[in-house]
Amino acid sequence: MLYREAGDFKTTYKEDNQTFPIKFDRYRYYFVLIVAFLIIPFWINDYWVNAIFLPFLIYSIAAIGLNILVGYCGQVSLGTGGFMAVGAYAVYKLMTAFPDVSIMIHVVLAGAITACVGVLFGLPSLRIKGFYLAVATLAAQFFLVWIFNRVPWFYNYSASGQINAPERTFFGVPVTGANADSWATYLFCLIILTVCGIVARNLTRGSIGRKWMAIRDMDIAAEIIGVNPLKTKLTAFAISSFYVGVAGALLFTVYLGSVEVGEAFGVGKSFLILFMIIIGGLGSIFGSFAGAAFMVLMPVLLKNVMVGQLGWATDLAAHFEFVIVGGLIIVFLILEPHGIAQLWRITKEKLRLWPFPH
Amino acid sequence: MPEQVIFGMEVFLNGLMAGVLYALVALGFVLIYKASGIFNYAQGVMALFSAMTLVGMMNGQVPFSHLINAVFGTDIHHFGWHLPALIGILLTMAIMVLLAWLVQKIIFKHLVNQEPIILFMATIGLAYFMEGFGDLMWGGEIKKLDVGIPQGINLWIDEATYNIFDYGFFIDNLDIFATIVAAILVLALVAFSQYTKQGRAMRAVADDHQAALSVGVSLNFIWVMVWSLAGFVALVAGIMWGTKSGVQFSLSLIALKALPVLMLGGFTSIPGAIVGGLIIGVGEKMFEFLVGPLIGGATENWFAYVLALLFLVFRPQGLFGEKIIERV
Repeated sequence: MLYREAGDFKTTYKEDNQTFPIKFDRYRYYFVLIVAFLIIPFWINDYWVNAIFLPFLIYSIAAIGLNILVGYCGQVSLGTGGFMAVGAYAVYKLMTAFPDVSIMIHVVLAGAITACVGVLFGLPSLRIKGFYLAVATLAAQFFLVWIFNRVPWFYNYSASGQINAPERTFFGVPVTGANADSWATYLFCLIILTVCGIVARNLTRGSIGRKWMAIRDMDIAAEIIGVNPLKTKLTAFAISSFYVGVAGALLFTVYLGSVEVGEAFGVGKSFLILFMIIIGGLGSIFGSFAGAAFMVLMPVLLKNVMVGQLGWATDLAAHFEFVIVGGLIIVFLILEPHGIAQLWRITKEKLRLWPFPH
Repeated sequence: MPEQVIFGMEVFLNGLMAGVLYALVALGFVLIYKASGIFNYAQGVMALFSAMTLVGMMNGQVPFSHLINAVFGTDIHHFGWHLPALIGILLTMAIMVLLAWLVQKIIFKHLVNQEPIILFMATIGLAYFMEGFGDLMWGGEIKKLDVGIPQGINLWIDEATYNIFDYGFFIDNLDIFATIVAAILVLALVAFSQYTKQGRAMRAVADDHQAALSVGVSLNFIWVMVWSLAGFVALVAGIMWGTKSGVQFSLSLIALKALPVLMLGGFTSIPGAIVGGLIIGVGEKMFEFLVGPLIGGATENWFAYVLALLFLVFRPQGLFGEKIIERV
């Protein structure tokens, strides 16, 4: 009834090629944007922002980045945590070296620096494939974390070895540091996420995205039909690392405020982001959002139920959380290996026929 | 002989011993990967879980006592008996076989024909699950494991080297014991896969699933068997590492130590796991000894990975791995 292509006539190529060709999808998309930009900022408080919205927004960026590399280009990476650390430390060095420049520029530059590092660690992908590559990217993870721990220049010779985000403003409104309002941090991350999402969606629809998918599906065949594997794989690494770096920069500046590298950007973070895109759906931008939402919301929910309602000890609840997260991943993989995005696709197919499926 | 060289020799020997322990973990990976194409990230957690179960059994702990106490408000923790090590090990082995059967029955039966990355993710899920489950079952605190393995400095080596170099080498008895056990284990595994019916069936499955199936080998049985074998290797590794550094969460991280060993040796080769383990063990200890002090130390975290990475660029299938042939 609501969800139909029929009757929705496209008269220009531009209309025919738009991101959401179905009217209902398009309105839903505008609706989400309006709610996110105009309604949520007015009623959220610190708890909602810190427990749910900021992690969701920031991990969504990282998940989109990793999905570009793993889901679209087929290069499995376990080095996400390391690249997030690069973003965080890059933005820290930039913020302290150039205090007058806008934080937005710093975040983008941090992404660019991470992209360069990503390309460097992406070079072996031309020789190494599959699991060997996945394990090889762990080298990036451990090496980068070690370097940020051991070279004092990166943390400005601070005694604790931690990095702390100084207060910086965006159009006069503080978005980092202790004085930042919750709505300001929320909007700041939301703007970046929206831009990142739109760019990623269009990249993956365009020629570069199709090249990535060709390499993913069969790299030799792609090479034969004229896709340059060097360029394609390295652009995937660069753009993916850019996103991950931006996410790392935001995680450090806006969300955490102070960071100890081994704790915040350890190998556990790499797995967390990987879980997000597997549960959300490989090769889907919507899946990145869905997976991030799932992995952010579930622990909060579990904690509320077990510690808040049942009154269990927190360590017991933490153990239970491990069991449930692990179990859910397995259940998801068995029931729907293509993730939440696939469920959504099936729903859409059903909606097209509803209410007369025959 | 200059002092540095003697120190270097000691570090070298200790590196060899550490390498044996890495190889033990890597061995479990290779077994499963060869037979079922599953890259089992949960191997490290299996070692942790088996060690925890062993300690729990030997001390007569009540499983899930924390959970039961939290739900029913009771206060139970121990049955009040102590099992001898041998019976504990046998019981733990039985549990590992049961675990293998359950893993096959509940998880991997439903994931046949999925892509390798999906299987890999499933094992990560399994790792998380078992980590939480083990903690729920036996409690999360650090436990001491003592099954009667000799520990401490080996006096005989200390004395012998003192007579030659005027400097006694520090070699842990536990490491020597682990080396011997590992050697026996590898020989037993090789003998098993060469000379028994089940072993031959296992190799057939590793070679070609479909062909093995068509001549009447039960894939299900072989996979359960391979997971049990991997569980057994995990138990041995868990006992060694648990005795060395206590049974605790960080035990599961030895999986991360075993990965570069696998890359270096090749995912599909048992000798590769051994040689890779030795190279990594010696390499990281020597690097820490020679270069570590110059660049800030604690290089052991990443050296193995970077070494394996550089190595792979020149030989993408590892030292002994099957040559990767790509067909279009």
